Amino acid sequence: MTSQSKQAEMLSGAAMIIRALADEGVEYLYGYPGGAVLHIYDALFQQTKVKHVLVRHEQAATHMADAYARATGKAGVVLVTSGPGATNAVTGIATAYMDSIPMVVLTGQVMSHLIGEDAFQETDMLGISRPIVKHNMSVRRPEDIPYLIKKAFYIAQSGRPGPVVLDIPKDMTIPSQKFPYHYPDDVKLRSYQPKLKGHSGQIKKAVTALLAAKKPILYAGGGVIMGGASEELTELARYLNLPVTNTLMGLGAYPGGDKQFIGMLGMHGSYEANQTMHGADLILAVGARFDDRVTNNTKKFCPDATIIHIDIDPASISKTINAHIPIVGLVKPVLTEMLDILKQKKKKLDAAALEKWWQQINEWRQVHGGRYDTETPLLKPQYVIEQVSKITKGDAFVCSDVGQHQMFAAQYYSFNKPNRWINSGGLGTMGFGLPAAMGVKLNFPDADVVCVTGEGSIQMNIQELSTCKQYGLGVKIINLNNGYLGMVKQWQDMNYESRYASSYMDSLPDFIKLAEAYGHVGIRVTKPEELQPALERAFVEHKDQLVFLDIHIDPKEHVYPMQIPGGAINEMFLSKTERT
Amino acid sequence: MRHIISVLLENESGALARLVGLFAQRGYNIDSLTVAPTEDATLSRLTLVTHGNDQVIEQITKQLHKLIEVVKLTDLSESAHIERELMLVKVKAVGEQRDEIKRCADIFRGQIVDVSATTYTVQLVGTSDKLDAFIQALTGTPILEVVRSGVSGISRGDKTLTM
Repeated sequence: MTSQSKQAEMLSGAAMIIRALADEGVEYLYGYPGGAVLHIYDALFQQTKVKHVLVRHEQAATHMADAYARATGKAGVVLVTSGPGATNAVTGIATAYMDSIPMVVLTGQVMSHLIGEDAFQETDMLGISRPIVKHNMSVRRPEDIPYLIKKAFYIAQSGRPGPVVLDIPKDMTIPSQKFPYHYPDDVKLRSYQPKLKGHSGQIKKAVTALLAAKKPILYAGGGVIMGGASEELTELARYLNLPVTNTLMGLGAYPGGDKQFIGMLGMHGSYEANQTMHGADLILAVGARFDDRVTNNTKKFCPDATIIHIDIDPASISKTINAHIPIVGLVKPVLTEMLDILKQKKKKLDAAALEKWWQQINEWRQVHGGRYDTETPLLKPQYVIEQVSKITKGDAFVCSDVGQHQMFAAQYYSFNKPNRWINSGGLGTMGFGLPAAMGVKLNFPDADVVCVTGEGSIQMNIQELSTCKQYGLGVKIINLNNGYLGMVKQWQDMNYESRYASSYMDSLPDFIKLAEAYGHVGIRVTKPEELQPALERAFVEHKDQLVFLDIHIDPKEHVYPMQIPGGAINEMFLSKTERT
Repeated sequence: MRHIISVLLENESGALARLVGLFAQRGYNIDSLTVAPTEDATLSRLTLVTHGNDQVIEQITKQLHKLIEVVKLTDLSESAHIERELMLVKVKAVGEQRDEIKRCADIFRGQIVDVSATTYTVQLVGTSDKLDAFIQALTGTPILEVVRSGVSGISRGDKTLTM
């Protein structure tokens, strides 16, 4: 497996791991030391190319690596010890898996001869992680390490990306046992050859169907972001004047401020996006997977639509919704090929029909239009997000936790660039936001990095305020504090006659003092008029510092629109008193 | 509908666990499963019997393809194929029943491969239906133990599943 050149440098397994990461171009490694990985940490200590970030809990390491991948498209790398180190990383691995995020997780393991003997800090990490990884492997011979690391990166980053776990028994890293080091340029696997280019016949068929459409919609998901195809998507949409909706994972794939953008679709999608999907005669789905938070009742899904589905993963096509024209391939070359054909043909859609369709869409835009109650003296979470969007000019990296605040951020922050909206869409991991913001800030020190969170989510990884101090990570925490687990409360209001079973959080800490205890700046905001000056202080005066904005918002607010369970995609509650 | 899926799998540790885990994880059925290395020691050949509607079977084959260690696969039941299963049945055989069981085994082209004073062990090879029919035919004979290998299959004619 490893080619042995005569001049090959002799390195220990531990040193090979670090050297391979350096050769792969890895700048940061996120992790936490422990017994099984001490040789690796010692190798790390003896070089300067790969820098290590010490978190306070392994889950945070995985989210940092994950967010780096979401922001850059390159795999993030994690190093944790065996047993509890590895199990603490599980939530982060599952988070990356559900959103198809490339990540390489190196887990320590007990010595080979102890495996299976219930040794100290032994856990079957290959077994535990198997359902939540794209692939996992273990090191059997130290000399295989460079190849296995190359293979891990190749699998994580190619095809439909995902996390790869490499389990490393401690005896594979013994410093005194040295082997020739050679890092392979590439890896070829007979059993894994992801399809890259789409089928040209299918692409031609798709273009013909698209040109015949009278009521088209472009539905773009996270695949466009990870596939780096935002530019091609935007060009295609503009060339044909198509209305565009993005999924939660796809926000930023098409500029949020553009007139052709009709908002996010799905469970908390805009009225116009869900109506346009339902009424469409053609859906061009790009890097999206028709998941249950988009379709609502699949039996009632878009009855008149011909569906073109472009996706790198054949298993995503016709999984929940049957595709009439499936195209398997990377979205970027497929969209480019579609554009080339269109430009050659010099054809566009029926202008009169499209004009009528846009009139209809613009009428739908007036129905709800993202309105919320502005008469109340209480601070509205939607208003907070709008103001954050304004002060950061829609250009910040927004890293979100999970809950109502996540939906408000998705709805009211105008994402104009891809890779700027970082959230746990598939798994819905509370505690994701702060470590994610840290991962981004570390790699983009000059950018505004915002963590939109709530008092529930932030407490799931609040210990990372300490890591932020150690590495000088000046993220801005927007804590939308309503004293409740807001989304749980909303469901209890709507389905359980407001019986708030365990959704009220008593005894919250004084977040200002807490932030200060960790050496940061804390600002409390309780009235609408305090917001603007507080944001100024956070983003201008304390530009380089971590600022914890504890913002007390209307505790009764709900997220709308909200799809009605069991209904079609366009059946929604529009407020506490209105529905479609 | 019943499907027989044949898979060429990298003969690596953990590959089988990954494949079986996929079925458990996604709620697919496994009716039977056989696996052994091929003439190429780096490859295992696996035959899996499952059932489900067309959409489920399509998802099963796609999800199997996604596993990194799966090299190739085919749905044997989509075209002409041969399927065989091996069964060992230990029955109580005393008095007149000894002859009766022998006759029944002959009819099904089975062989008695082990004998004791009170038992016979019958070996039978055929389709799963045939094995079921033999068990049915043993009415009145106390069955002590049944071991079935699960189905192995291969395409008819020139079609092959190889590297």
